[in-house]
Amino acid sequence: MHPAPSVIIFTVLTGLGFGFITWLGIGMPEVMGKSAFITYFGAFALSVIGLISSTFHLGNPKNAYKSFSQWRTSWLSREGWLAVATLLVTGLFAFLLIFFDKNLQILGYISSVLAVLTVIATSMIYIQIKAVPRWSHRSVMFYFITVSLAGGAILAGQHKPALVLTILAVIVQIVTWKIGDGRFKESGSTMETATGLGSIGKVRLFESPHTGDNYLLKEMAYVVGRRHANKLRALTLLFMGVIPAVLLLLSNGNTVALVLTAISHLIGAFASRWLFFAEAEHVVGLYYGKR
Amino acid sequence: MTQLPQSTAKKLGLVIDLDTCVGCHACVTSCKGWNTENYGVPLSDDDAYGANPIGTFLNRVHSFEVQPEATGGCGSSAQTVHFPKSCLHCDDAPCVTVCPTGASYKRQEDGIVLVDEDACMGCGLCAWACPYGARELDSDSGVMKKCTLCVDRIYNENLPEEDRQPACVRTCPAGARHFGDFADPESNVSKLVEERGGFELMPEQGTKPVNRYLPPRKKDSWDSANNNVLPLNAISQEPKGFLKWLDSALGKV
Repeated sequence: MHPAPSVIIFTVLTGLGFGFITWLGIGMPEVMGKSAFITYFGAFALSVIGLISSTFHLGNPKNAYKSFSQWRTSWLSREGWLAVATLLVTGLFAFLLIFFDKNLQILGYISSVLAVLTVIATSMIYIQIKAVPRWSHRSVMFYFITVSLAGGAILAGQHKPALVLTILAVIVQIVTWKIGDGRFKESGSTMETATGLGSIGKVRLFESPHTGDNYLLKEMAYVVGRRHANKLRALTLLFMGVIPAVLLLLSNGNTVALVLTAISHLIGAFASRWLFFAEAEHVVGLYYGKR
Repeated sequence: MTQLPQSTAKKLGLVIDLDTCVGCHACVTSCKGWNTENYGVPLSDDDAYGANPIGTFLNRVHSFEVQPEATGGCGSSAQTVHFPKSCLHCDDAPCVTVCPTGASYKRQEDGIVLVDEDACMGCGLCAWACPYGARELDSDSGVMKKCTLCVDRIYNENLPEEDRQPACVRTCPAGARHFGDFADPESNVSKLVEERGGFELMPEQGTKPVNRYLPPRKKDSWDSANNNVLPLNAISQEPKGFLKWLDSALGKV
């Protein structure tokens, strides 16, 4: 699948922002007044920049408001509702904290639950796509949640949870890769089932429909850079796992170390999310002899 | 809107005969022509006369080479199969349920899967959901384009009756494309599927496509044991009588 920058920025930043909101909502750390303003400003900035970025991959953004209408069947629609609900509840919770020093904790808890549900909805957008076997697996949900919560814990300065979640996120990441690598085969789709000609024999592409490129090939048969996958996997593990873990172990929650940890996590998360798209293969590639 | 209907009164779709298709791409051209001038926004082309032309098509013809197993029933020579592919109007269309805006829908009355371009925001998620590559986001208009089964022809009373079928079916010079109602067991398409063993594409994807493909017929084979076609014998004969005399006399001249 084509790793569109807008979608990568969207999923990474919104995941990070909503992970941050999750920790803030349960009072870790407890913020009031000015500190509440700074932390919530950061969380909102990340989430909103991410959400705005998501509109850049739309062909016809003037109809974006209609995406709230199909929550009964569409995970993208549900994600929209949950994101807006999260931001509204969090906004109210933060408003009371910042301007009235009032901690209405129940709102905080609701914002945390909504933030996690939003990240789950994001993951479901990918999990529901059967035509992309690598995505179509429950492990993808845990991957999105652990990356989001680990990043959120780092931003929230939660030293121990950040360390535990960073390690957990790396384990889930490795398991997701491992499962993902076998998913295409498990899907059972081959050039033989795609053409229905398997009863005659082995199928290969003789001629493509057009000599040129097309939307399907650009969007869904992305192969550029897949050969660098192993290097990028190593970089992901280094920046999302090893460096943050070492920094968290060695520092004792000092700010400079936390900032460095957050930067490293973000670089790792971007590499990981780039791979999430670039490594995912769509079954339509079979009609073009491409996998 | 994006909830799929429990069942549809009709199941309109296509049967594509892989035995008959000669790969001429006439269906591709007529589809592009009709759908650029009629329903919805035109199917755009970018850089049409340049070095990297790219455009939107609702129907594309692939060509495959199939190599039978050495012991297979068809002998061991490879065969070329031309393979037109357009929307299969699936009963369990995953492209419809993922749509966040309600632009994609499957019609209860005839099962045609359509896009309401006025509601589409061009997110492309439906194209991801389709395993067959039947949907293409038009780069010019930014909305999703797909086969409409020529919904603006098949019910169009302004057209002569013989033209009330999809443009690809109407134009096919080999008669490789057939249009009809799969819900009716007596329809032309249902009978063709029955007689020729029509099959679905990628049944493992669980989309329950309506369109069916007919497999290539078995090829003749020279090395088969029950091959009773004999080589032709020489039919030239030695002349007799007067002609024999004439032949030898003239030979001596």
